[in-house]
Amino acid sequence: MAAITPDLIASHQLTADEYDKIVSLLGREPSYTELGIFSVMWSEHCSYKSSRVHLKKLPTRGKLVVQGPGENAGIIDIGEGWAIAFKIESHNHPSFIEPFQGAATGVGGILRDIFTMGARPIAVMDALRFGRLDDPAAGPRNRRIVEGVVSGIAHYGNCFGVPTVGGETVFESCYNGNPLVNVFALGVFRKDQIFYGKAKGAGNPVIYVGAKTGRDGIHGASMASAEFTEESKQKRPNVQVGDPFLEKLLLEACLEAMQTGAIVGIQDMGAAGLTCSTCEMGSRAGTGIEIDLMHVPQRETGMTPYEIMLSESQERMLLVAEKGREHEIFVVFKKWGLDAAEIGVVTDTGKLVVKDHGKVVAEIDNRALADEAPVYHRPFTEPLRTAPLEGPAFESHDLAADLDAVIASADICSKRWIWEQYDYLVRSNTLAGPGADAAIVRIKETGTSIAMSLDGNGRYCYLSPREGAKLIVAECCRNLSTVGALPVATTNNLNFGNPERPEIMAQLVDAIEGMGEACSFFDVPITGGNVSLYNETLGEPIFPSPVVGIVGLLKTAMPVGIGFKAEGRALVLLGGIGDSDLTRFGGTQYAKVVLDALWGLPPALDLPYEKSVHAAIREIVAGGHAESAHDLADGGLAVALAEAAFPHGVGARVELDSALRPEFLLFHEGPSRILISTTSPEDVRRLAAAHGVEALVIGSTVASKLEVRNRGQLLIDRDVNTLKQRWETALEGMLHG
Amino acid sequence: MKFGVVVFPGSNRDHDIEDTVTRVLGESAQTLWHGDSSVGNVDAVVLPGGFSYGDYLRCGAIAKFSPIMQAIRAFAADGGLVLGICNGFQILVESGLLPGALVRNRSLKFVCRHVDLRIQTVNSPFTASGTKGQMLRVPVAHGEGCYYADERTLDELEAEDRVVFRYVQNPNGSLRDIAGILNKERNVMGLMPHPEDACEPLMGSTDGLVIFRSMVAELAAAGAK
Repeated sequence: MAAITPDLIASHQLTADEYDKIVSLLGREPSYTELGIFSVMWSEHCSYKSSRVHLKKLPTRGKLVVQGPGENAGIIDIGEGWAIAFKIESHNHPSFIEPFQGAATGVGGILRDIFTMGARPIAVMDALRFGRLDDPAAGPRNRRIVEGVVSGIAHYGNCFGVPTVGGETVFESCYNGNPLVNVFALGVFRKDQIFYGKAKGAGNPVIYVGAKTGRDGIHGASMASAEFTEESKQKRPNVQVGDPFLEKLLLEACLEAMQTGAIVGIQDMGAAGLTCSTCEMGSRAGTGIEIDLMHVPQRETGMTPYEIMLSESQERMLLVAEKGREHEIFVVFKKWGLDAAEIGVVTDTGKLVVKDHGKVVAEIDNRALADEAPVYHRPFTEPLRTAPLEGPAFESHDLAADLDAVIASADICSKRWIWEQYDYLVRSNTLAGPGADAAIVRIKETGTSIAMSLDGNGRYCYLSPREGAKLIVAECCRNLSTVGALPVATTNNLNFGNPERPEIMAQLVDAIEGMGEACSFFDVPITGGNVSLYNETLGEPIFPSPVVGIVGLLKTAMPVGIGFKAEGRALVLLGGIGDSDLTRFGGTQYAKVVLDALWGLPPALDLPYEKSVHAAIREIVAGGHAESAHDLADGGLAVALAEAAFPHGVGARVELDSALRPEFLLFHEGPSRILISTTSPEDVRRLAAAHGVEALVIGSTVASKLEVRNRGQLLIDRDVNTLKQRWETALEGMLHG
Repeated sequence: MKFGVVVFPGSNRDHDIEDTVTRVLGESAQTLWHGDSSVGNVDAVVLPGGFSYGDYLRCGAIAKFSPIMQAIRAFAADGGLVLGICNGFQILVESGLLPGALVRNRSLKFVCRHVDLRIQTVNSPFTASGTKGQMLRVPVAHGEGCYYADERTLDELEAEDRVVFRYVQNPNGSLRDIAGILNKERNVMGLMPHPEDACEPLMGSTDGLVIFRSMVAELAAAGAK
């Protein structure tokens, strides 16, 4: 048994104060195994110790919310007796160390969170952030990370049989040493067949199912709670290895076993593995769990209790069965060829007792682990920013050439190379997949479809975490509304740097507060999510990068796409031209791509107006008045026009009448705007007016040309197919030269 | 009409096919478990897409040894209709029920996209309701869908009118743009694309229906219920 030394404590990422708290909770010194157990449960990743006091500010209630934060996933009532479970989770650190397996197991982990509740996963989306592909030093590594992450996601999701229906990919230098891989998953089930991670009923058997336990992933949760240094690459053995085939079997076996009625509670073994699942299930039910590790199926010989308890081997679940009905569960797992072993029993002691061949190696109060974790009120000052408030003087010499550049830039260009590697159609429910403003997946069992979108503009959040977070929520709700869906609930992934730095903590606090305000305003409560801190490499933090995933509901029907379908249609800019100035232009894609600069503030957001635009577009779409609809976001009006022209090769002739300078007019990213092509502009105008929203007719669709004039002056004149070619081939060009 | 839908560990488009057969076509479907040694009283067998047994060795290489495949061999030998889609095609090839092999896509990447297929022959129970040269828009979703066979086999397939579908734009490097083929007796067909995901307007295409409708018509003519 290793002696507990200050070095050992520090190597477990526990502070001296935290160690003292452990000693006082136990009333004695912990054993080595106990120290390991505390270290993972009290890690930032599992305990949210830096963010918890602020997360409480987020709205979590709503009339459709069946389950809010605290369970494996949030649950929303979608009517007709059905519900959906969804959540987003990060796998940032593992994906930097080993991109393929890091991303693959990120997908695997979030899928288990969904089906452990009894829901069958029906959609996955990914928010990815990479370093710049053209970075002189880090470019080659960044390109390898992109290849690895995308193949990893494809490998896992495709084999498992869940469609990857959308997402977003952004490239910034701040992600050079710290890519972000946030995976969202959503599942569907009957509302009366929800399973929770509660170990109820003293005397009930505790059963381990799924893959055998190995030494992989030990201390993954604490690794994900530390900054990266030069030694981090040596942590490769800490990254778990995924087996999507096994996960598929686990899915089918779990869902079938749930049908027996013999399962009392169930939880996946994710971060902190057996430790987390045992103490959380006990803590939630107010019970204790006693297990003997000799019964745990093991892949390697000679594993210590410490290793078994901390292993993050994938594709494992812990469940509690009704006493006397264990065999019903064993039969199902045997059918699917999976291990299932009774490893212990639920007790009424409130303690987690871990034995090894009968000898007690850990005995800890469950609540001490799960609920008594330290909570920090970390000091915060003003959010970190070094960008100037004032923008540079600039004037475009060729706006069409600027559009060429923006359209072929890494953030804006087509991501087809990525999403064609994903099976986005399996299960035959994808009504709108990658490339749409929001993905739409139908629920065959009801007349309802689910729309979903991920958003997270790090540039806006860097300029103002509070305003940026609001803009993110607004854009995500706008995406959903544009396809006709009513946004109903949110999951969030808060990716930030080191919270022990007050200026980083300030970013986190501001972003949470801004997000909370916007989620309340749009009535999209947060039902769960994930916090990923310490996203820094060698002291360089990432942009504050909150990502939201919002889901919406709509009647199942043919979706309205973003693309213009035919010539001779009126073009309406719902919400109007919007406004910008030099300060508010500094976070745009134009500033990034054409000027290679970042300054000022994010675009101004008028929350009530934004909400009215959403209500208007939903009515317009539901009424069948829009032949196409596409929300304006990155790249502004010019990019939206081009993106709407690409799908069917139908162009646009636009005549504007604005006093804005042309760069702003074409490329500002003011929110609350949606581009519509329609055969009935009067209906569009009437419905917009009823919501107090401007519906500006800006031109019409034409064959294969994109022409934009302001007050008679020709600003852009481009052939749609030439532009599309640039947009389609840019990413592969950057990846493979 | 009763379609037997085989479920191997790792099959993942079994539900898509069951749903198409029952909800879209209004016929009945029965699951055939990989460990079963009989296909029961089904009128036709469909082997769905997915990753049977994980496909870690070679696609379909393990599935061919499963008990259900022995039963399907016998069913096919008796003239029963057998349709293999994607992984099902790979399994039929590995089992020797169809010639050739399906190897890694030329791009070395998984590819999911809608493609256009051309019906090459309507002299089959799977395409009799279609017309020769008819274009079908259906999705592909596979990493190992590049059809490969030696020249003699390819010539033989063509000479015997056993190439059922060709890609208009080849997504995977398949030789001679082959997307689907028949056995000599014309009662076993394999194809890489997924007609089951193109059977409703909501899914963007109903072109996949021609295959299932042809099968239903054939079975009806043969006197199945």
